[in-house]
Amino acid sequence: MSILIIAEHDNHTLSPSVLPTVTAARQLGQDISLLVAGYHCEAVAEASARIEGVSRVLVADAAHYQDGLAEELTPLVIQQVNETVRFVLAPSSTFGKNLMPRVAALLDVAQISDIVRIQSADTFVRPLYAGNVLATVQSHDPIKVMTIRTTAFEPAKLVTTAAEQIPVSATPMIGRSILLDRDRSKSDRPELTTARVVVSGGRGLGSAENFRLLEVLADKLGAAIGASRAAVDAGFISNDHQVGQTGKVVAPELYIAIGISGAIQHLAGMKDSKVIVAINKDPDAPIFEMADYGLVADLFQALPELTKALDTLNS
Amino acid sequence: MKIVVPVKRTVDPNVKVRISQDGHSMDTRSLKMGMNPFCEIAVEEAIRLKEAGKASAVIVVTVGAAACEDILRHGLGMGADRAILIETELSLQPLAIAKLLKVVVDKEQPDLIISGKQSIDEDNNQTGQMLAALLGWPQGTFASKVELEPNRAMITREVDDGLERLALTLPAVVTTDLRLNQPRYLKLPNIMKAKKMPIERLLASESGIDLRSRLIVQQLAEPTKRSGCMKVQSVAELVNALHNVARVIG
Repeated sequence: MSILIIAEHDNHTLSPSVLPTVTAARQLGQDISLLVAGYHCEAVAEASARIEGVSRVLVADAAHYQDGLAEELTPLVIQQVNETVRFVLAPSSTFGKNLMPRVAALLDVAQISDIVRIQSADTFVRPLYAGNVLATVQSHDPIKVMTIRTTAFEPAKLVTTAAEQIPVSATPMIGRSILLDRDRSKSDRPELTTARVVVSGGRGLGSAENFRLLEVLADKLGAAIGASRAAVDAGFISNDHQVGQTGKVVAPELYIAIGISGAIQHLAGMKDSKVIVAINKDPDAPIFEMADYGLVADLFQALPELTKALDTLNS
Repeated sequence: MKIVVPVKRTVDPNVKVRISQDGHSMDTRSLKMGMNPFCEIAVEEAIRLKEAGKASAVIVVTVGAAACEDILRHGLGMGADRAILIETELSLQPLAIAKLLKVVVDKEQPDLIISGKQSIDEDNNQTGQMLAALLGWPQGTFASKVELEPNRAMITREVDDGLERLALTLPAVVTTDLRLNQPRYLKLPNIMKAKKMPIERLLASESGIDLRSRLIVQQLAEPTKRSGCMKVQSVAELVNALHNVARVIG
């Protein structure tokens, strides 16, 4: 009985989403293979081999794996699912969500999305209805294909002794989908889903220019910047900052929601944060129901005050 | 160019849902139902492509009970040409739904399928990808822009670290993200016209497809409630609480 994890990476760096996925896998069994499919991805394979709990790294290096396309990766994953593989895991990122249903359909099994708890080898907990309901589901399929909500599991540790790397032969190129270009957001800030502190803004900020006020606060706190759907729709900030049911799920130590009313779709993405602060001028905003600390105030006054108070605290 | 749009009937995204007494299902009996918001975006996109002269026909399809007719009529009212109901009283899971949709796709031979990326009830985000897999077609998931050329679709996808653009050889499956478009409001004459249009029906039970659930819901529960909000009166009080009580800053 073995477990296959599909590594998410960009051919240079292993995604931090893989570490909690390994932790989830270790709750299922000991024999864990991590599949690194990419092009010139030696550094990723090297890093993968140093994750605690990984038994071996399977490396498929070919030009058509370079862009992480589901159409190219699916036949490779299926090829690696031999008679001992009982679980196929990936993080519940846009990478995993794109790939894993395709894998499951061709294995003729269900795919179990966004697992937040592993109860036993066939029973898992996952959120429904924007996280308002937690469902305990039991799978009767011979192979469990699942995506792991990375904020629900601790990241696996790195170790000094490396697991063995095994090259695997590439599957033929499909070539029906081609990546034309990527518009990757560049930021020096911590990655949103793994940041210790997240400062998020909503429609209340009013403009892209005002949204930048959050950056000063985020700088003081070493925080990542998040946003509500309304703020992204309004063009205040790019889509990769969206927190919520259809955006990213975050669970930092501290989440500060500024000018966010708190639609259930937004709450779905941040309700598992340890401490939630809400600053909003509307005392009836639903965000306060989810917050630990609430300040009813005009954010344009509160933001500079807060930044200043943090300066005082740090000095 | 024919476009098939699979759609799903869900509760209204703005209503509060409750777990039934039995603890195994959701009590949706008295709740407002409608077309899943992502599916509505899919229908809108297909109709815009038709209005732009890029597509010739739009077919909306759903899998479910007779009550699902209302969302098909909604799709017709938006401008779809035909509607197909794959009827079943069972509550089906994505793999079975994808297999049933494939039956329609095999018959209709569309060049493009546009579906919502996920339904706001079960949040699976699977059916479009599964359908693409079963058909052996390329997929453009989480699309925020769709452009059609004679033999390919150019898709802008919203991914975790930004945007990416794909060229897919047709036929292909596209799943919609929120920013793809803003669905239109239905006009009364179109609603009236849609009421009179025929709904084509198939029976899921006659498809020969194994419809059994692969996942059994053992229990539904509400997540632990948070402890409640302490209202602070000033920024100073807030900073003090975060520093000295919650100990998350400084």
